[in-house]
Formats: sequence, C-alpha cells, structure tokens
Amino acid sequence: MRPTNISWQRLRDSQLFWPLLALALIMLFNVFFTPGFYNVEIKDGHLSGFLIDILNRGSILMLLALGMTMVIATGGVDLSVGAVVAISAATATVLINPALAKQLISSEELIKDVTYTPLWLCILTALLAATLCGLWNGFLVSRGKIEPMVATLVLMVAGRGIAQLISNGQIITVYYSPYFFIGNGYLLGLPFPLFIVAFIYFLTWLLARRTAFGMFVESVGINARSSFLSGISAKNIKLIVYTISGFCAGIAGIIYSSNVKSADANNAGLNLELDAILAVVIGGTLMTGGRFSLLASLIGALVIQSTTTTMYALGVPAMAASTIKALVVLIVILLYSDQTKVVLGRLFERERAGT
Amino acid sequence: MTTKLKINRKFVPVLTTIGVFLVLYFYGFLQYKGMRTPQAFLNLFVNNAFLLITSIGMTFVILSKGIDLSVGAMIALTSVTSAALLERTGLSPLIVIPLMLLMGTLFGATMGMIIHVFKVQPFIVTLAGMFFARGMCFFISLNAIPIRDPLYRTMALYRLQLPFFERAFISLGAVTALIVLIVGMYVAHFTRYGRSVYAVGGSEQSALLMGLPVGRIKISVYALNGFCSALAGIVFSVSLLSGHGLYATSVELDAIASVVIGGTLLTGGQGYVFGTLFGVLVTGLIQMLIQFNGELSSWWTRIAVGALTLIFIGVQSLFVSSRKRRAITKQTVKETIPIRSAEGLA
Repeated sequence: MRPTNISWQRLRDSQLFWPLLALALIMLFNVFFTPGFYNVEIKDGHLSGFLIDILNRGSILMLLALGMTMVIATGGVDLSVGAVVAISAATATVLINPALAKQLISSEELIKDVTYTPLWLCILTALLAATLCGLWNGFLVSRGKIEPMVATLVLMVAGRGIAQLISNGQIITVYYSPYFFIGNGYLLGLPFPLFIVAFIYFLTWLLARRTAFGMFVESVGINARSSFLSGISAKNIKLIVYTISGFCAGIAGIIYSSNVKSADANNAGLNLELDAILAVVIGGTLMTGGRFSLLASLIGALVIQSTTTTMYALGVPAMAASTIKALVVLIVILLYSDQTKVVLGRLFERERAGT
Repeated sequence: MTTKLKINRKFVPVLTTIGVFLVLYFYGFLQYKGMRTPQAFLNLFVNNAFLLITSIGMTFVILSKGIDLSVGAMIALTSVTSAALLERTGLSPLIVIPLMLLMGTLFGATMGMIIHVFKVQPFIVTLAGMFFARGMCFFISLNAIPIRDPLYRTMALYRLQLPFFERAFISLGAVTALIVLIVGMYVAHFTRYGRSVYAVGGSEQSALLMGLPVGRIKISVYALNGFCSALAGIVFSVSLLSGHGLYATSVELDAIASVVIGGTLLTGGQGYVFGTLFGVLVTGLIQMLIQFNGELSSWWTRIAVGALTLIFIGVQSLFVSSRKRRAITKQTVKETIPIRSAEGLA
C-alpha cells in the first residue's frame, strides 16, 4: 500500500491537483444537470458547442491570468487589468474607426469595411498603450514603493476615464473584417484566440521556466529583502512582471473588442480583474507570493469560465451568476486555507495510522 | 520641542487634505456664481451622504489594516431587498430598516469571521462578498423596483432648514451622515474599542501580546462596516426611492479613495475619521466643479480622483519611508549595495 500512498501524496501536493479537481467537479455536475453540454458539432467548418465556447470566451481570462500569476507570485496584485483592457480596446478601435471618435460622420461611411490605420499599427499602438500602463504600475510599485493594491487601484479608478478620453466617451463600433478574425476567427476548426493564448503561454513559460526569471520572481515573492541581498534586483523583477501583466491585458483588450466588434470604455473588461485574481488563486498561487504555476492558473481561468458558462446554460441570469461564482470561489479558498489543510492532514494521518 | 514637531507630523496628511479642499473651494468660489451660495456647500453633504457613511465604516476597516470591497454591492443589495420587502410584502419600513441594518451587520460579521478564522486575505474574502451581494440583487429582481412607501417618500422630501441662513437646507440623509461622523469620531478616538482598532492595525502581534481580543476586534470592524454600508444603502434608496442591483457601482473604490485622501494610511493604525470627511468632500467637490464647468465630461471626475489618490498615496509613502529610514540604522544601509538589472543574469 505504501507506494500508492506516496504517489497520492505527491498528486495532492501538486499545484495542478486542486484546480483540476475543481474543473472535474464542474464537468461532472454538467454531465447530470446540463443536457447537451458535451455535444461538439461542426458548424460552418469549425467546431462549436459549450466546450468550445468555454475555451473561446475563456481566452481573455486566461491571458489576464497569465500576467496576473507572475504579479501575484511577487506578492503583488494588479487591479488595473480590467481598465487596461478598456484602454487597449479603445485605442485599437479608435484607430480603425474613420471618425477617430472626433466627430460624427454619415453612417454609410462608418459601416464601410475599411480601416483608417493599417491593422498592424492599430494592434501595435494598442499593445504599446497597454504595456505603458503596466510599466506605470510597475514603476509605482517598484520605484514609488507604493503597496501594489493601492498603486494599481489608481489606474483602476482613472483607467476607465482615460479609455473614455480616448474614445471621446462614445461606444465605438468597428466594421473591418480582418480585425474581427482576431476574436471571432477559426484556425484548424478551433477558435483563433486559443492560439494566441497558447503562444503567449509558451512565451511566458519560456521566460519563467527556461530562464532564471521564474525563480527570481518566486524568490522576490517569498522574501524581497533577502533576494535583494542575494543579488536579485527585486525592483526590476517587479517592474517587469507588471509590464507583462499590462501587455497581456492589452492582447485581451484587442481580442475582446474584436469579439464584440466594438469598444465600450465603461463596460469593457468590467470585473475582469476580479475574475483574473480568482483564477490565479484557484490555480493555487498564494496571494502572499512565492511558488507559482502558469498552467494551474490557466486551469483556474477555465474553472471560472466553465462555472459562468454552466450558469448561463442553466438559465441563471448573467448578473445573478456572480453569487454562485462567489460561493464556488469561497469554497475553493477555504479548501486552500492552512486551517483546512491542517484538519485534512490530521484526518489522513489518522487513516494511515489506522490501516 | 521634539514632541511638538511629532504632533505636527501626525497631522500632515489631514491638514494637506483640508488645504486642498479649501483651495479647490476657493477656486470654485471665484470661478462660478453657483458656488457662492451656502446651499452649494451643503449640497456636498446632501449628495454624498451615503458615501460619507460608508467611508466612515471603511475608515475603521482600513485602520485595522483590512480592506472591504463589498460596500458598493452591499448598498445595492440593501436598496433592492428593502424595496422588494416594502413593495411585495408590504412590511412596515419600521421593521424593514432595522432588518436591513441587521442583514448588513451579519454579512460583515460573516466576512470578518472567514477572514479571521481561516486567515484568508481580507481583499479576497470581501471580493467574494462583493460578487455574492451583487448576484443576490439580481436573484431578487432583475429590474429596478420603485418604492412607493409613504414614510420613505416623506423622508425623501424632508428638508431640514438651517438657522441663520435663508433657503439653506440639508436632507435627512445628510443629517444621518453627520450623526454617523460624530459617533465614528467618538468611537475611534475616545473609546477603548477605538484604541484597540488602532492597536490591531498598527501591529497585530503586539496587540495580541498586549492581551487585546484581536479576533473579536477584527470581526467587529467588518460587522461595523457592514452596518454602515447597510445604513448607506437605506440613505441611498431613500434618496432615489427605488432599488436596483446596478446601483452604487464602484462605490467601494470611491470610499477607499476618500479614506486615503483623508489621510488614513492603508498600512493601518494611523489616520482620523475626521480626515475621511474631507476626503469625501474633496471627491464631491471635484465632481461639483466638473459639473459647474460644463465643458469637461464626467469621466474627468474619475481621472481627477485617481490622480488625487495617487498624490496622497505619494505623500503617505514619503511619510512612512521617512519614518522607516529613521528606524533603520545607517549600518544596514551601507551594507546593501544596489545591484544592477537582473535581466543580465537571466
């Protein structure tokens, strides 16, 4: 019996275990309560169904969670990602829109399938704006020595104002089909955003696990002072993670605006920062910093997205679904808490002693 | 001499806020005719009564080194629940109002309990609380519910005429807010409980060693804030005479910003309830100035409040770091040699 016990122990200690368990529970729930949840059919040459929908809609959250993971691993938090999504979406759509949000022009001209700035320039500018936002956060945290929650709160409050300033307070609608491909297109039958997520995951994984950067991030999260004393520039590590988070939010903003074909500075990415933080927490990265797993955060994002999608499938009103989400999150947090672990650990030990 | 200097330093953030408020008000006074009446000043209280009430609760939470993100959702939940109870079941407001206050208090206490017993970060727990409360609003009603109760209507229309000034009045909500302010100041600065909150915020470890009931204080602070946000919710629903789940969005941010602008340190243990009043007034004044200006769009309010919060946090961190610098001996500073970018190492 001993070997199985040990592997069980290792499995339980793995950061992927709990998020996967949570995901499995939700999936199990759907087997019984949501008819047609597992139907995947081919429609217009691409796959469609609830599962694909979760992956497609979850892509924004997954991107945000990737950036957020490293921020949280340094012991910080980035509350501004929702606002940065709005800024990036506003920047990209303003550049595409012929009116540049300055004046109202005739509707025929507006719905022409054209862009007034080359697409690559739109995307680049939006990403640049988002990265600058991240850099600003990083600057406040690392150089201004302001508590991360507060420093990013500033951009969270002011960011939507800035997004509205860019879009001149209007909801900008775009009509440019190549841009729609980013959020709505399909490649090899799978949603295109998924490939973006895979690419960004690969990049962040390379950075975090194939260079020493990931270890630096963890050491800063565990003890910023001692890692500084051992020769790691904690300041710059922090600056970089917030910048990455801003960059990820920028991509998410482009996908979002392309998906809904418009940008609304007030509602784009609303409450997404909370979802992203929860995804990371479900992924088992402690809010106090330290060990992190990008893959676990991705699964955490999927847990949140599948909970949301399940709610919709069951006909729970979109706004009311957040109550259920809150309960799920609370249960997960309580499962993670040290107190529960101590109790569980005792239970396991007693069992082992008994057998 | 030294003690005198210390006291001055303690008041620096609050005095800065009061200074900013006076300068802004003076600017508005010169610029806009509409601001020269006493009523313009009183409107700051009338329009921001609910924000003031909830910010005072938030001050206590932040003083104890916590944070509560659920207040906006709690205000919305109170407005929806009270509207539903009044309209659908026909309960008397005299029962509904205490019931709402009890609900808020219990909600806050539950969050405080989870924070204390399971040692989860307040930020996360209250975030879940915010999601929970917002969602509950829509379980009760998807649409706004108008309140037709006669007592609520009378309260909404009631105006307290001020003595000495002609045509200068404040609403019942503003009166409530001022009472909460006075009670809050008394509790924070003149009671044993208030001192314990400061002690817990300053250093939980020391408070525990001093024999203070840290757990009970932490839980009670959240319960108190739940009470305040429920009270703010009632004031809010009285002023709008309806309840809806989308009311009071991002009020939690406004409340935190007001507390910070009011000079309370987010690291806990330092600040004044009185400062929060000026934090709320400055936030309200910015809004008022932008309205009077007419050309600037309303989103400038958000940018201005964000910028102001940043400035005040800057003042705070200067304040804190200069204190820390005095604490750290020069020896350790000499030993830590700055090391260049880690990218090169990676």
